[in-house]
Amino acid sequence: MDRPIVTVDGNESAAYVAHKLSEVIAIYPITPSSPMGEHADAWSNAGTRNVWGGSPTVVEMQSEGGAAGACHGAIQGGALTTTFTASQGLLLMLPNMYKIAGELSAGVIHVAARTVATHALSIFGDHSDVMGARQTGFALLASSSVQEAQDMAAIAHAATLKSRIPFLHFFDGFRTSHEVAKIERVTEDDLRAMIDAEDVAAHRRRALDPEHPVLRGTAQNPDVFFQAREACNPYYEAVPGIVQDAMDRFAGLVGRQYRLFDYHGAPDAERVVVLMGSGVGAATEAVDRLVAEGEKVGMLVVRLYRPFAADAFLSALPETTEALAVLDRTKEPGATGEPLYQDVLTAVAEAGADGTLPLQTLPRIVGGRYGLSSKEFTPAMVKAVLDEVDAETPKRHFTVGIVDDVSHLSLEFDPEWTAEPEDVVRALFFGLGSDGTVGANKNSVKIIGEHTDLHAQGYFVYDSKKSGAMTVSHLRFGPNPITSSYLIDRAGFVACHQFGLLEKVDVLGRARRGGIFLLNSPYPADEVWDRLPAEVQRQIVDKELRFLVVDGYSVAREAGLGGRINTVLQTCFFGLADVIPVDEAIDAIKESIRKSYGKRGETVLQRNFAAVDAALDALHEVTVPETVTSELHRRPPVPEHVPDFVERVTARIIAGEGDLLPVSALPVDGTFPTATARYEKRSIAMEIPIWDPEICIDCARCALVCPHAAIRIRYNTPDELADAPESYLTREPKGRDFSDMLLTVQVAPDDCTGCGVCVQVCPAKSKEMVKHKAINMEPKDEHLEVERERYEYFLSRPEVDRTTVNTVSVKGSQSLLPLFEYSGACSGCGETPYVKLMSQLFGDRTVIANATGCSSIYGGNLPTTPYTVTPEGRGPAWSNSLFEDNAEFGLGIRLAADARGEAARALLERMATDVGAELVEAILNADQSDEAGIAEQRARVAAAEERLEALGTPEAAEMLALTDALLRKSVWIVGGDGWAYDIGFGGLDHVLASGRDVNVLVLDTEVYSNTGGQASKATPRAAVAKFASGGKPTGKKDLGQIAMAYGNVYVAQVAMGANMTQVVKAFAEAESWPGPSIIIAYSPCIAHGIDMTNQMDQQKLAVQSGYWELYRFDPRLAVTEEHPFKLDSRPPSTPFKEFAMKEARFAMLAKANPQRSEELMEAAQEDITERRRLYEQLAGLERGLPGEDVTV
Amino acid sequence: MTVELESTYLGMTLRNPLVVAANPLGRDVEMLKRLEAAGAAAVVLPSLFEEQIEHEAYEVHNVMEYGAETYAEHASGFLPEMQEYNTGPQRYLDLVGAAREALDVPVIGSLNGASPGGWTEYARMIQDAGADALELNIYFVAADLDETGAEVEGRYLRLVQQVRSAISIPLAVKIGPYFSSIGHFARLLVDVGADGLVLFNRFNQPDIDLETLDVLPKVRLTDSDSGRLTLRWIAILRGRIEASLAATTGVHTSDDVLKLLLSGADVTMMASALLKHGPVRLTTVLDGVRAWLEEHDYASVEQMKGSLSQQYSPDPAAFERANYMDALVSYSMPRV
Repeated sequence: MDRPIVTVDGNESAAYVAHKLSEVIAIYPITPSSPMGEHADAWSNAGTRNVWGGSPTVVEMQSEGGAAGACHGAIQGGALTTTFTASQGLLLMLPNMYKIAGELSAGVIHVAARTVATHALSIFGDHSDVMGARQTGFALLASSSVQEAQDMAAIAHAATLKSRIPFLHFFDGFRTSHEVAKIERVTEDDLRAMIDAEDVAAHRRRALDPEHPVLRGTAQNPDVFFQAREACNPYYEAVPGIVQDAMDRFAGLVGRQYRLFDYHGAPDAERVVVLMGSGVGAATEAVDRLVAEGEKVGMLVVRLYRPFAADAFLSALPETTEALAVLDRTKEPGATGEPLYQDVLTAVAEAGADGTLPLQTLPRIVGGRYGLSSKEFTPAMVKAVLDEVDAETPKRHFTVGIVDDVSHLSLEFDPEWTAEPEDVVRALFFGLGSDGTVGANKNSVKIIGEHTDLHAQGYFVYDSKKSGAMTVSHLRFGPNPITSSYLIDRAGFVACHQFGLLEKVDVLGRARRGGIFLLNSPYPADEVWDRLPAEVQRQIVDKELRFLVVDGYSVAREAGLGGRINTVLQTCFFGLADVIPVDEAIDAIKESIRKSYGKRGETVLQRNFAAVDAALDALHEVTVPETVTSELHRRPPVPEHVPDFVERVTARIIAGEGDLLPVSALPVDGTFPTATARYEKRSIAMEIPIWDPEICIDCARCALVCPHAAIRIRYNTPDELADAPESYLTREPKGRDFSDMLLTVQVAPDDCTGCGVCVQVCPAKSKEMVKHKAINMEPKDEHLEVERERYEYFLSRPEVDRTTVNTVSVKGSQSLLPLFEYSGACSGCGETPYVKLMSQLFGDRTVIANATGCSSIYGGNLPTTPYTVTPEGRGPAWSNSLFEDNAEFGLGIRLAADARGEAARALLERMATDVGAELVEAILNADQSDEAGIAEQRARVAAAEERLEALGTPEAAEMLALTDALLRKSVWIVGGDGWAYDIGFGGLDHVLASGRDVNVLVLDTEVYSNTGGQASKATPRAAVAKFASGGKPTGKKDLGQIAMAYGNVYVAQVAMGANMTQVVKAFAEAESWPGPSIIIAYSPCIAHGIDMTNQMDQQKLAVQSGYWELYRFDPRLAVTEEHPFKLDSRPPSTPFKEFAMKEARFAMLAKANPQRSEELMEAAQEDITERRRLYEQLAGLERGLPGEDVTV
Repeated sequence: MTVELESTYLGMTLRNPLVVAANPLGRDVEMLKRLEAAGAAAVVLPSLFEEQIEHEAYEVHNVMEYGAETYAEHASGFLPEMQEYNTGPQRYLDLVGAAREALDVPVIGSLNGASPGGWTEYARMIQDAGADALELNIYFVAADLDETGAEVEGRYLRLVQQVRSAISIPLAVKIGPYFSSIGHFARLLVDVGADGLVLFNRFNQPDIDLETLDVLPKVRLTDSDSGRLTLRWIAILRGRIEASLAATTGVHTSDDVLKLLLSGADVTMMASALLKHGPVRLTTVLDGVRAWLEEHDYASVEQMKGSLSQQYSPDPAAFERANYMDALVSYSMPRV
């Protein structure tokens, strides 16, 4: 039978089967498994049916724990059930997994295997998560490629129903989940034939149902629990046979034969490498080359990992096997070896002891770790492993892929050794996230995969910034299935879609001699050479590259595509790559454009077609001179004179050389210095704001709203500016504050992302030319040098004295040094202005607990962090624990600060005579409620430290370790709505109820932003989001109301664009309230489908329409029996619709389904009216605060 | 004796001279039915704006691609892919079809194109969707200082010619009053194939918010006075060109309708009055027209149509006088 050939990624490959073979799918988004749930949801929404004719119900839960609970219930209810997850998500499912397995319940969890966070979070792939689930009683089935992700999914669903053992089917996160490859899709008939109807019927018969009631989930006592636990053994014993039967049945239907353990290599191999997952691809190539060279080596692929079928394992090995190298993609510190190694060792040892080992000799067994967090794993590394087992005294436990100069466990490998087949075309594309390069390359893979007999593979590497992020696409095409599960090292075709990348990245480092280099260049073929950095010229000359340019932006603009150059460059690739005849390729590109964008309208198609048609005419060959002539050079990754750690480590990571750092270079416990973003000069803006002091009215709004702390204000005395360079600009302040000082508004030209939010909010307009404001976006290149000079001088000036500033004002707050700067958040981010404000007001005394999400990524993703320090070295201390526990984590930090404070005070009191009674008393009774009080206490503590140093006693040393704790600490618990409203809500609620002095900042984007826009309980009615593509039918949870119910929690709801003063007040009040506080901050996000430049106006409209009410609930006012609830926003003056239709999340539904949108919009308007009515009543309520004198 | 209210417009016999001009009420078929019931003799549907259709489609595309493939965790973009985006002209064409189905009176489509290909393509689509006639709603704000009046007129004429050759249903052209020689230009439009002229298109004019210094488009509804420019040109053109004449802008009362009919309009088109007062306004105006005709012993609309056009007026110069001259003559030089 002809089966469809499709080009999909691993997630889609597995999700296709899961959707076809399920009735209930309960999910929760987590990278890299989220797309599986999104596909399932989209298919069900489109009415796609499963093989039994029903459309699976897809439900998004509040956490993976919730998803597992729902799955457990659905299974008990007799439904065919599945879910998708990874990493911490899988760990949250563990308790239920024990239950599901203990109850012998059929069900499948598909896992895109991902690193579990330890010393750091990583979104990338390894087996640490699935290895953490191997004790649950689930069967574990591994896929090693995109094709297998589909095939094993089918086998897992069939085997679970037959065996009653739940299955965890996994494949490597990103390497397989996100690799795009050409596969043969199984048909519905295949899937139907895989499943025995009787197994389904039996599953359904086991359902909890009052028509035949049973009791399941009992509590048992010592008398029977043990025996009952052993009763399941026969079921586990049957699993290997059942899985092999399913594999055989699959082979009978489809033709691809799998075994529990698949051997590949020399039939008389002596050395065999054992592994599972995507590394199999690289190992296959290494083994093939070595065997061809006459070496007796082989590879054993583990497919069914649990239950571990020792007999099948041993019998799959050639009997000539003398040595086994077992590779684990996980780390189990303190164990005698990693899990797969131990299983292999046990299997061999037991058989050896029993005399049943089917091998000629008892093999030598070594174990090693590889590929943690998607670390590259190449054939050269496999060779190193096979060489190692051959060594006289091999390392019994090793690592491969890194340089371990600490424990000396790593194997050396020869990076030049390659086993990649010669007949494979390899192409590399460097682009920016915003230019569509990755999307076009995915299409190219599809085109080649689906229009030719060639096999195709695409893999995409992103950097960890959200603005100006670079993407690198790795594409392979060849006549045979492509097994190279690693990045391209030598490319015959290299395209650079962004001219600017040439001075930042080594674009041609991986270009093959005699290859083709395609550059998107604003300069024509006869001018471009002189614009290239010398390093690029050198490689073009030395490698004898054919060099072509196309002005993609001109072609795209001409076609009406703005900055989307992807189809232009894609066409040029096909024009040059010689994979498909050009005419055919162009037809295919157009067809794929029609397929991808057809639904969006004819205009979109026609403009893309026009770009395709014009592309090849715009492509020009450059005559390459024989010598390097350029005086331009690639920029160094960091400026000169940086701290040692930045020089040794950070700079290497920025330069893309992190893979080369040895173990000794990295912190042992995940602790990094702050204040490093300042060294990563990304210079990504095309236009930057330029200040015109003449017009400025000194309002400080620009600085407040800047998401990147890239426009700042400063007040200095004329004396402090005596040595200012001529270009340095100042003006006299407008108001009475800072009246004897001079104001400067200054852009950080290399740190600005060009979002334009500052200019948008600038209220000062020229009297002669209204479009000219006090700051104006102007081309960066024209101002770069002068602004660099100005900014350098600006930074060198003294900070204002915090004790003299009225910080509870927009202007006052902005005169303070931001301790959060130059983050990699999206250009125009709606969250970061709040974080930055917090850092200005309290950063020098703050500890931050940060929930996983956007704020933890722009806050703490290597290479650098935006959290920084004052000239005295104080600044936010920051940590991220998990997604779900952030409130609890922050509470713990508070408790520790209090405990340390308590210990410090007790000890100090005891040492009063030594330290000085007067000083001690002043310290112990200090009022640290304002900046002056804090400054005085710091001085007192410094004085005490001086005396303690002088004392030199053991007691003094003990006290010196505690003196920091005498200073006031501000604990901030920061996270997004996914955390606060959903996964972390239980903990947040508990922490708010604790009465402790913590400050919670909820950056409410109303959607899971970091994982790509899934609905949360903060998502409003009528908006579309992933998992709410028909428009969210229910209203947003009123988190503020819930918090207010406690009475002693300070609660504020704010929106910077609507009322800046209220925001600053709310932060000050929250921090000063000695109990729990929560600020819910409206944070526009690109997921809203707005132009982020206008985000502040959009916030204003959100408040004017009553969509987002501003209020503050201050328990201090309850103490005085006043009205503690202040409704700060005016009654709605604009219809909700007017606000909503400016955001694609609402407007898209109005287009797609006008009637549904109309209904939901009406209900959303009623939500607003009703909420306003309620809030107005609340504003009139008097409320007391019983027990305010009781301390916690 | 009952007065015969029928009038002929674009070769179609209408039951009276009251037509609903293109306006937002026409987006709803239920409302169209109410307008018909209230007396409308034909309806012009709101305009299909090619530019808007294209802009919307591209914006949808932009929004869907925005942020996609930028970062490993959100490779697929932020908004869910929808089943339909309804970005093309289909929703408009469905309206044409539904209106044609629901109404007995003629349904006139209205089109504002942006590209030469767009005008003809969409015109054909509107015809195929069932429109009885098509009104081209043409306007260019000729802000290019290098473009001459003749060039601007040339663009109008080419467009009308192309659309005329693409469709077979009657074709009306709605123009604004900003031409140096409206009469001459009107004749040229008829020469290239316009079956009727709709006078005049009223453009939204910009306004300034004195607080924010923002320039805002401001929609302002007309009143009866707004119609006198139309009245002048209907009167001048009546009998001089071989085309139907529709008067639009400032048609609020039966008096307005009567004056325009006397000047020579075949039909009068209402929009602002309907937006202000609802469909019932049609009934009131129609009753007023009927009453006046009866009171003044007219047998039919046809009889009085154009009876006070420039050609038939006892004071043809009145239509050519500028207002201040008129005032001067009226007040400072009493006849003796």
